[in-house]
Amino acid sequence: MLEHLPALQVAITLTAAPVVMMFGRATRLAWAVTTLACWASFAVALTLFATVADGSVISYEMGGWAPPWGIEYSIDAANAWVLVIIGLISAVVMPFARQSVEQEISESRTALFYSAFLLANAGLIGITVTADAFNIFVFFEISALASYALIAMGRDRRAILSSFQYLIMGTVGTTFLLIGIGFLYIMTGTLNLGDLSARLPEVSDTRTIRAAFGFIAVGISLKLALFPLHLWLPNAYTYAPSMVTVFLSATATKVAIYVLLRFVYTVFGFEFSFVELAMAWLLMPLAILGIFIPSLVAVFQTNVKRMLAYSSVAQVGYMILGISFASMLGLTASVLHLFNHAITKAALFMAVGCLVYRLGGVSLTQLAGAGQRMPWTMGAFVVAGLSLIGIPLTAGFVTKWHLLQAALVGGLWPIAVFLLGTSLLAAMYIWKVVEVAYFQEPENPDTTVAEAPLGMLIPTLILTASTVVFGVFGNFTVASAGTAAAALMGGAP
Amino acid sequence: MSDATLIALPLLVPLVGLLLIVSSGRVAALRDAVTVVTAASMFTAVLQLLPRVSAGERPRLELFEFFPGLGITFEVEPLGMVFALLASGLWIITAIYAIGYMRGAKEKHHTRFHAFFAVALFCATGIAFAGNMFTLFVFYEMLTLSTYPLVAHKGSEDAKRGARTYLGLLLGTSIGFLLMAILLTWWLAGTLDFTPGGIMAGRVDPAYGSILLVLFLYGIGKAALMPFHRWLPAAMVAPTPVSALLHAVAVVKAGVFTVLKVTIYLFGLDYLTELWTSDVMLYIAVFTLLAASLVALRQDNLKARLAYSTVSQLSYIVVGAMLVNSIAALGGGMHIVMHAFGKITLFFCAGAIYVATKKTEISDMDGLGRRMPFTYAAFFVGALCVIGIPPLGGVWSKWHLMSGAFDAGYGLVVIALMISTLLNIGYLVPPVVRGFLLPSKDGEATGLREAPLLCVLPLSLTALGCLIMFFAAKPLAELLSGMLVVPVP
Repeated sequence: MLEHLPALQVAITLTAAPVVMMFGRATRLAWAVTTLACWASFAVALTLFATVADGSVISYEMGGWAPPWGIEYSIDAANAWVLVIIGLISAVVMPFARQSVEQEISESRTALFYSAFLLANAGLIGITVTADAFNIFVFFEISALASYALIAMGRDRRAILSSFQYLIMGTVGTTFLLIGIGFLYIMTGTLNLGDLSARLPEVSDTRTIRAAFGFIAVGISLKLALFPLHLWLPNAYTYAPSMVTVFLSATATKVAIYVLLRFVYTVFGFEFSFVELAMAWLLMPLAILGIFIPSLVAVFQTNVKRMLAYSSVAQVGYMILGISFASMLGLTASVLHLFNHAITKAALFMAVGCLVYRLGGVSLTQLAGAGQRMPWTMGAFVVAGLSLIGIPLTAGFVTKWHLLQAALVGGLWPIAVFLLGTSLLAAMYIWKVVEVAYFQEPENPDTTVAEAPLGMLIPTLILTASTVVFGVFGNFTVASAGTAAAALMGGAP
Repeated sequence: MSDATLIALPLLVPLVGLLLIVSSGRVAALRDAVTVVTAASMFTAVLQLLPRVSAGERPRLELFEFFPGLGITFEVEPLGMVFALLASGLWIITAIYAIGYMRGAKEKHHTRFHAFFAVALFCATGIAFAGNMFTLFVFYEMLTLSTYPLVAHKGSEDAKRGARTYLGLLLGTSIGFLLMAILLTWWLAGTLDFTPGGIMAGRVDPAYGSILLVLFLYGIGKAALMPFHRWLPAAMVAPTPVSALLHAVAVVKAGVFTVLKVTIYLFGLDYLTELWTSDVMLYIAVFTLLAASLVALRQDNLKARLAYSTVSQLSYIVVGAMLVNSIAALGGGMHIVMHAFGKITLFFCAGAIYVATKKTEISDMDGLGRRMPFTYAAFFVGALCVIGIPPLGGVWSKWHLMSGAFDAGYGLVVIALMISTLLNIGYLVPPVVRGFLLPSKDGEATGLREAPLLCVLPLSLTALGCLIMFFAAKPLAELLSGMLVVPVP
């Protein structure tokens, strides 16, 4: 049984999806099965993580066919780390989802909604575990198609348009990825990531391979919303149902970043990506612009969900910046931020979900007085917000500290100064919300508004508390991120 | 009691107090009593450490490790001891005063107010006992955040704008400069522990050290060096007890305390003399000291005048640190205490005047002294203490600062300090004179119209404190001189 865990990791949610779809109007049952599937999946992820924590690698041959003929699943410290992120977020978001979904999604569609959610989940897990380039593309499409459906189910009619926007951009992205993978296959005759990395050096000095690198990098950058390819993200996050925003913001872009790392570091190799093609010089300016401009835009937003969406684009910039340092320290900081940002942003979007549940929307004017009426929710928002800013003893600070160290060790003083400056922008937009929620009296005092239901509140508080726990005991996450970074640098999965 | 308990108690008491204050929020009398009891027990807890520290011990508590080699650590040394005693001791008096003020001035949200007060004191104690710069930074940031709700307390547009400036400048300087300085120090020196004699010598090139000094001094925005002083006048929108304890004692003193701590325990006085920027920073502090006094002269709003006076007096302490000799550093440490007693008295009086008459502008206060003799007498005592006239405490710190400047051969600084004393007289004495001697504008009311007893009693006590500190200066100086002892390896 244990040796089949890598396959099981994908299979649980993938097989649960059609089952849940058949429940029709039995929405509670659909929810319960989905929750169980997510928890089981999280348990598998934790087991895998514990197994490879020492730096070992699990290789699994799909259907018993040895690679490169068959598809190989391969787990090392790096993708186990991402699996834990996906598992954790979906395990926590599911209890939260029941009431939020009951309110936001019509009963007739609820089973379909959960089914699409499970597919998106399985797709993301698949991308992460597989060691086959074509398989990555397939899972990308599975998760993307499911996400389009999920986003389109938002209550606001603009959700449909933003879903369509995402569909166009996302399809361009995956098509580019496919073209790149095709080029690689032409030149090397293999799709297995390990084989690719072994054979590429012989042919790396060709235009085809350089073109393949370009296609893959741009394609994935679209998926991970690297500035200026981020245009689909703010709308999609703003109009999607609350729990979808929580899930996607914490996992989808993270998985895409993981794939970028896998290609750049493992398949093409550090030498090719950073020395020959000088990728750092492309990534760094984009990261800097990508941190600064979206942060600035976020300051001027009046809808909190959209504000946080722009903040997500900026946070992707931090992760890319760490990669662009082209050092072990920088990579560690980026991998660390995958996790720290996932819990922080998920906690924030969950708090927003609670506010939406009670107030009907989260434009700044609606939030007046929320601090008194929903003290726990707003408390969670403030604490998670502090983590986003990077105040000491929160998860966000741990990342910032390491990113700054990486910048200083790399001799990049101005970058360090810039990083400190941009955290002030985060402080500005978070504080706009705090000010309205705590120090502005509501215009029409509606006494019926109360704290969010416990089912939603408790998961929110759990994630919020975890931002503090991982901020105080940063040693553990830093060590894990270090092992993951070493696995990425080290070689084939 | 073991070291760990001794240090943990003063930190835990305000937190327990916080819980009790919040849970007793519905019963006003009970909540107010809890606040005072919390303050008193915290002071007692801090006091337990005093015999150990004066005997030369350095109680230590390592809480947990954050990164390898860097953790939340507490170590009590004389300067921190004095700061913690000062903050917790004056909290008792302020807690009593706050009850009188908040009721008298009909402020709202009392529970939130008292609760965040307790958090602020917790943070101040954390700063006082911090064993390394990282711990200090953590509590420093928490102090900024926990005092924000107190500044924005009224919730009016004015209050929110003031609070925004407050948060913006304090967070901005601490994240922009202080965190940068800490990171660089960690990277260059490999440690952030507060060590007698400093950690920089032999590890950090003086060229880097010079930059670090500037980053540290401007990063500690709470010390209000110009041009990053605007937050302090902006914070005056807060209810007066906040201005009194936090913006005359706990928060601002946390700033200059950090400056002293950094110069003595991170840089070390010997290393500091090698840095060319220490002179630059000295003159910036001297400039701040004079400029803020001049601005204070022109303020008609009493609290604004006191705020600028605080900016100026804080720079005395920075000057003490930047003069780089032990007498001046000692003077800086003493001035933390002396100015605290003087300035808290002045703020208490400003608040009492507001509660009794709703007046905030000095020009409206003519003749008020005859109606509020106790308040005005206390104001006079506080003013003399800040100016530095015997027999009040302020004279000793200024004496040490001047002789330190004289010893170090900084004639210009001595002259500047003298001019500043004249300016102090110029802006602190006239309100008293106008209060007692000028005819009242709105007709002569007969009899006494003092503020409530819960306001007048505390301000009389602190005025008495100014007097006591004149005689208590010797033991204070003896205790503080312990911070300058560098153990021979």
